[in-house]
Amino acid sequence: MNTAAPFEPWTDETATPLIEFSNVTKRYGEFTAIDQVDLKIYPKEFFALLGPSGCGKTTLMRMLGGFETVTEGTITIDGVDMKGIPPNKRAVNMMFQSYALFPHLTVADNLAFGLKRSNMPKSEIDGRVEEMLRLVQLQKFAHRKPHQMSGGQRQRVALARALAKAPKLLLLDEPLGALDKKLRQETQFELMDIQEKTGTTFVIVTHDQEEAMTVASRIAVMDHGKLKQVDTPDRVYEVPNSVYVADFIGDVNIIEGQVTKVQGDTAELLWGEGKPSIRGMAGNNLSSQTSGAFAVRPEKVAIFTEEPADRHNRVTGMVEDIAYLGNMSTYYVRLENGALIKSQVANDRRIAHRSITWNDTVWLSWTDTAGIVLAS
Amino acid sequence: MRKYSWFNTVSLTFGFAFLYIPMIILVIFSFNESKLVTVWGGFSTKWYGELMQNDAFLDAAWVTIKVAVISSTIATVLGTMAAFVLVRAGRFRGRTLFSGMIYAPLVMPEVITGLSLLLLFIAIGLDRGATTIVLAHATFSMCYVSVVVSSRMASFDESLEEAALDLGCTAWDAFKSVTLPIIAPAVASGWLLAFTLSLDDLVIASFTAGPSSTTLPIKIYSSVRLGVSPEINALSTLIIGLVTIGVLIASVTSKRSIQKQKRDELLADH
Repeated sequence: MNTAAPFEPWTDETATPLIEFSNVTKRYGEFTAIDQVDLKIYPKEFFALLGPSGCGKTTLMRMLGGFETVTEGTITIDGVDMKGIPPNKRAVNMMFQSYALFPHLTVADNLAFGLKRSNMPKSEIDGRVEEMLRLVQLQKFAHRKPHQMSGGQRQRVALARALAKAPKLLLLDEPLGALDKKLRQETQFELMDIQEKTGTTFVIVTHDQEEAMTVASRIAVMDHGKLKQVDTPDRVYEVPNSVYVADFIGDVNIIEGQVTKVQGDTAELLWGEGKPSIRGMAGNNLSSQTSGAFAVRPEKVAIFTEEPADRHNRVTGMVEDIAYLGNMSTYYVRLENGALIKSQVANDRRIAHRSITWNDTVWLSWTDTAGIVLAS
Repeated sequence: MRKYSWFNTVSLTFGFAFLYIPMIILVIFSFNESKLVTVWGGFSTKWYGELMQNDAFLDAAWVTIKVAVISSTIATVLGTMAAFVLVRAGRFRGRTLFSGMIYAPLVMPEVITGLSLLLLFIAIGLDRGATTIVLAHATFSMCYVSVVVSSRMASFDESLEEAALDLGCTAWDAFKSVTLPIIAPAVASGWLLAFTLSLDDLVIASFTAGPSSTTLPIKIYSSVRLGVSPEINALSTLIIGLVTIGVLIASVTSKRSIQKQKRDELLADH
């Protein structure tokens, strides 16, 4: 690469999106599954739709594949309005959650299935199948049937089959859901590798936030058919725009209170009578004198046995529980007002040296930029 | 090995005796030299020879097979279509009514089915013959096919069809190259079921058969009324033999495919 510019087409006003949802709504009778979604996804993006089950993420993706119709609004792919275009006429392929491998066909025939129905000359099909087998490292399994393979191998066949026609857009519906944790982690990197190699735009649906954080260039956090936040993984984690997003992504401490001051990037929150206010970054559209919530990640909360007088943000409480996770420990500290705050500390020393134990009175503190004040 | 108590042995013997003694007697007497059915006159296969000369029986057998093949094929096509729609079409107005109506003929007394078909054929002026038997058999056996196929369809992963569409198939192409091969065993057993139902149907066939077309069950039934001949015994023995061979082949193939499945699953783990 001669330019070191990071891949961020969404910040570029002139970039043309591959997919554009404008004001898309989907209703099933009375139920609104997708509620006025506006979204642009750019070529070569690895885009994750993340949310709890029933939030509409799968419906949104199936609309791209042509398996669901749009009630209102338009979806364009590569500038073409997709209204009324059936799945077999779209340059979009999908990898199904169940893999949907054809059980009566061999792996090679599964891969060739789509190619035989394209305008690819017969002579080139075998070569393409071979190429796809190599991509997912399954050359030795070409003549096996799907039920003669393990879950991880089937997953790779499904991926190869969906990529065989070189689609502009690949949709992945919970692609790693059926794999065990270790295999899932390995496969995540493989998936990113393949996405980069083929230059295909990937849209992945997942409920696993760790998976979305690992693979995606951008994440859309969804709830009840609405997009709550569309941003890069680090911004979704560090600068959530709502309590919902903060709570959904990772572990978080929420302290509710009254916003007393908003000044530029910083804001202050009063959370108890006579307590010093909490200072943090100001979230979007935050205004003073409204009720708000302060969100801070447990790993950004430091724990002290003595009062850290030099820090602005400091609260005191009693250790109620300690969760020892091996590489780190989480301290659950009950504040005077009853709130439970988690502090996560890396165990860089042996457990015997730990100075804090149950029922100790401790101080918790974090820097002025560690947390964020959100409108509630 | 568990030792059988005298009680188990006795009940087993009685059970099987009850089931098979009539058939064994029939088979034994088909090799009887004597013309009298109940008197043993020595071993002979002459009745089989005579059977082969008996045009009335051969014609009836031929009609029966033709009727069974054609009617079960029609029933399979219609029954599969019905099953497909009932499982796939989702919720639509009157769905429960439709699926109820598919199953109703299963419990309908045959006499009523036969009679109503007879009345229909007379009303529309269709001459009774092989055609009417085919239509009647297709009508009642398609319900059975639809039951067998729809139970397979219910466990069919719909995303397989979506995947086919996604990979460029039209709806018909997806059905033909993905759905049909996968549900083929159910369709085949539906066909076999319809075929056997048609083969041994007496009641509906006797309502809808014409003078020119007699099926084997009708022929046997009417000739037995004039007295049981050793020829009938020989014919029945042949039918028993055919059925036995069919059942043996079916069970051996299914056992083999189960063993293959197990081997494949073992292979998958390596």
